[in-house]
Amino acid sequence: MTSDNLAFYSLVAIYSAMGVYLFAFIAFTLDLARRSAAAPAVAEAIPAARVGQLTSAGSVTTIERPLVAEVPPAGRASSRFERVAYALTALGWVLHAAGTVLRGVAAHRVPWANMFEFSLTASAIIVGVFVFVQVWQNLKWLGAYITGFALIVLGFGTVGFYVNVVPLPPALQSYWLVIHVFVASLGTAFFAIGAGLSLAQLVQVRREANRFSGLTFLDTVPNAEKLENLAYRVIVVGFVFWTFTLIAGAIWAEHAWGRYWGWDTKEVWTFIIWTIFAGYIHARATRGWRGSRSSWLAIVGFGAVMFNFTIVNLFFKGLHTYSGL
Amino acid sequence: MGYLRFFWRQLTSMRTALFLLLLLAIAAVPGSLFPQRSSDPNGVSLYFTNNKDLAPVLDKLQLFDVYSSAWFSAIYLLLFISLIGCVIPRTAFHLKALRSKPPRTPARLDRLAAFSAFEIAPGQLDAASAPITATSTVEAARQNLRKSGYRVQLFENRGPDGPEFSVSAERGYLRETGNLIFHTALIGILLAVGIGGGFGYTGQKVLVVGQAFANVRISFDSFNPGRFFNDNQLQPYRLVVDDFTAKYEKENLNAFGQPIDYTLKVTTYEGSGGAKKQVLKVNSPLEIGGNQVYLLGNGYAPFVTVKDPTGKVVFSEKVPFLPQDANLTSLGIVKIADGLSSQVGMRALLYPTAVKDSAGASASNNPDLYNPELALVVYKGDLGIDKGVPTSSYSLNTDKMTEIAGPGIDAATIRLKPGETATIPGGLGSVTFENAAPKSDAKNLQLSVPRFVSLDVHRDPTQGWVLFFAILVLGGLLTSLFIPRRRVWVKVIEASDGRLRLEYAGLARGEDPGLDAAVADIAARHSQQLGLKLTS
Ligand code: HEM
Repeated sequence: MTSDNLAFYSLVAIYSAMGVYLFAFIAFTLDLARRSAAAPAVAEAIPAARVGQLTSAGSVTTIERPLVAEVPPAGRASSRFERVAYALTALGWVLHAAGTVLRGVAAHRVPWANMFEFSLTASAIIVGVFVFVQVWQNLKWLGAYITGFALIVLGFGTVGFYVNVVPLPPALQSYWLVIHVFVASLGTAFFAIGAGLSLAQLVQVRREANRFSGLTFLDTVPNAEKLENLAYRVIVVGFVFWTFTLIAGAIWAEHAWGRYWGWDTKEVWTFIIWTIFAGYIHARATRGWRGSRSSWLAIVGFGAVMFNFTIVNLFFKGLHTYSGL
Repeated sequence: MGYLRFFWRQLTSMRTALFLLLLLAIAAVPGSLFPQRSSDPNGVSLYFTNNKDLAPVLDKLQLFDVYSSAWFSAIYLLLFISLIGCVIPRTAFHLKALRSKPPRTPARLDRLAAFSAFEIAPGQLDAASAPITATSTVEAARQNLRKSGYRVQLFENRGPDGPEFSVSAERGYLRETGNLIFHTALIGILLAVGIGGGFGYTGQKVLVVGQAFANVRISFDSFNPGRFFNDNQLQPYRLVVDDFTAKYEKENLNAFGQPIDYTLKVTTYEGSGGAKKQVLKVNSPLEIGGNQVYLLGNGYAPFVTVKDPTGKVVFSEKVPFLPQDANLTSLGIVKIADGLSSQVGMRALLYPTAVKDSAGASASNNPDLYNPELALVVYKGDLGIDKGVPTSSYSLNTDKMTEIAGPGIDAATIRLKPGETATIPGGLGSVTFENAAPKSDAKNLQLSVPRFVSLDVHRDPTQGWVLFFAILVLGGLLTSLFIPRRRVWVKVIEASDGRLRLEYAGLARGEDPGLDAAVADIAARHSQQLGLKLTS
């Protein structure tokens, strides 16, 4: 099969993935609507005490065990919409990943050397993290946000940024391309999920404060504090990846351009993003900055990531001219 | 004094650190909106030309030198002073904490996180059929916690319900260690960058294939030393450019003419080591004499010869031309100050693969040499170089010159193919576009124009230190974000009727989502060790 053929099949797979994501998005949205209708009216009671027994060498001992464990998440069976949406997302992701890999095969290199390819890879990683993070935490209610986001990225990627397979210019011929850009995509994925959780936290805080009536589906997602903690845990992982991206980028810049740091526009923005998230982590340890303010920082930080990827790549002048457009 | 202390306390507070961090992020933005002298000096000149009124104002605000500006420096220096003021007391505190025992067990554990309690009826036997007593229970807990990496301390006192025996345990000191390493390494990076900038240097050199370069200051085209540089830091070595090849894509029509490889072959001479053949590529610099030598640019250096009317050679050089576009249309200047009846200047364009566009103008449609053509606009008069004012070799001041061949006058622009000669109008002599490889196949012009490379020579004595601190930053970050720091207590209260009440509780120090599970696990393992089974 020729390289052009492979690139074509890759695109077919990506378009199919987009179709499947669209249905997943609709199903996730319907699920949210259903949650609004079926949200439990009263908070479930906290079990005050539980009695257990310790059995020792034959004889039975009665013990007391007051449990002050955290409130169990709203006990709610997953709706059919949610199950369908999740299955569709997983299917879409397989197509998406296949399309991305095919693109790499067509180009004989990693599929993240220009903006089109980077949008495929980064969004595949975002959806992949979402699909697999469910093992750790049930965050399926973020599905509409994630699939919607992936659709937008892929839409811009295929329509706005598409370029044919071209060989790498000498400056990009480095294994640092593989490491630096891949880890940057991983960081982006975690920041994206963190921003989604922070957004939910902001809305949840307002609901909890004055219990405005709309958006009842939020009764079925964790409370604001839990959301904030989840966001933090996801974002610090992203921050570690981002720190690594920064260091790896500096090493690569040293190899290719003869200096490890030169305040090139892309370097500037990577630094800005890093500093915002360092601020976010600090905010969580600063009195008066936990809660909504730190959520805002997480959202602004992710906004800067998106800005860096789109506006900076397309309109700012600098050495990182790899958009391929 | 009181003010000073107040000011210092404010500066080193968490709130100020956060504020300065966010301010630093904002202050970095303008540097990406305006061209910077450090990375894009041409962009700055262009900005001045295009915005005559605004540019000087922006310049006053140092917006073309953001990262060395007074305001940007003020922010990061304050931030780092705050950082030092924050790290030193914390380090002292932590060093003490590392040497001290876990603190006394709180009187009431039931107010703490992950609290649970069990009761054991009197007279129970453990797995080894020994009686379960308060001391044996506490000892089991102590061993258990020690094995899980906790630092432990036993306490004993009288509580309201009877004698209390407890283990106070703490783990995760590495979290704070990592945090301190992280912050200290940030200071290390700043210092290493600052010192490296002072003792290092960068120099640029353009070399045509065949030319040589010796590592002395005068042989650089431009040289930017750090503040503390002296010439002795230049180690002697020499480098000869043997060959440079640029490969362009020929098969993939989507990328036709796009560069796919640059390879530079050089011979180096260093110390008494003799000649050494080496290869440079864009992503693989040459290490020599404490320098890194980078291949940063390349282009064509047409070989031009000028003769006077008698045929005597007055100029014969390979002149580096500046590439103007992706197809390497290149601009060069030839200046002949002596030897002709008048000074002559030529502004020349090289088209590696010359074509005529629809309007009849020349252009190049491939960066490789398929149909090279040299177009010369010729001026005579005063070059303006006799007064000792330095002039750029890439610009021609025609204020005191008249055009004698070119657009808009009778004598047309001189157009030459490799090997061709034309007379210079006005009986001044002749100009030849030499074929640098006359013996190769007449149809194959691939080698007819020599190439030049532009090399960047760097020395940064602290680069390794910057990397070292960067790795510490990453390592410190990983330990401090993912190692939980927590205190755990196990308390045994002996009631007067012989019942034993077991209490477990934990306290997170910093972010610790796993605390509840960890305390539950400790309780479970403890009862297992005692041979008790939780059947709830
Ligand atoms: C150059 C500026 C700074 C940067 C980039 C920075 C970055 C960070 C990062 C990434 C963390 C989280 C990871 C870790 O715990 O190691 C952190 C934590 C922390 N930083 Fe900084 N920091 C800076 C300055 C400061 C200053 C000036 C202070 C003192 C006021 C400070 C105090 C702290 C404290 C107390 C924590 C622990 C927070 C927690 O337990 O969650 N930092 N910093």
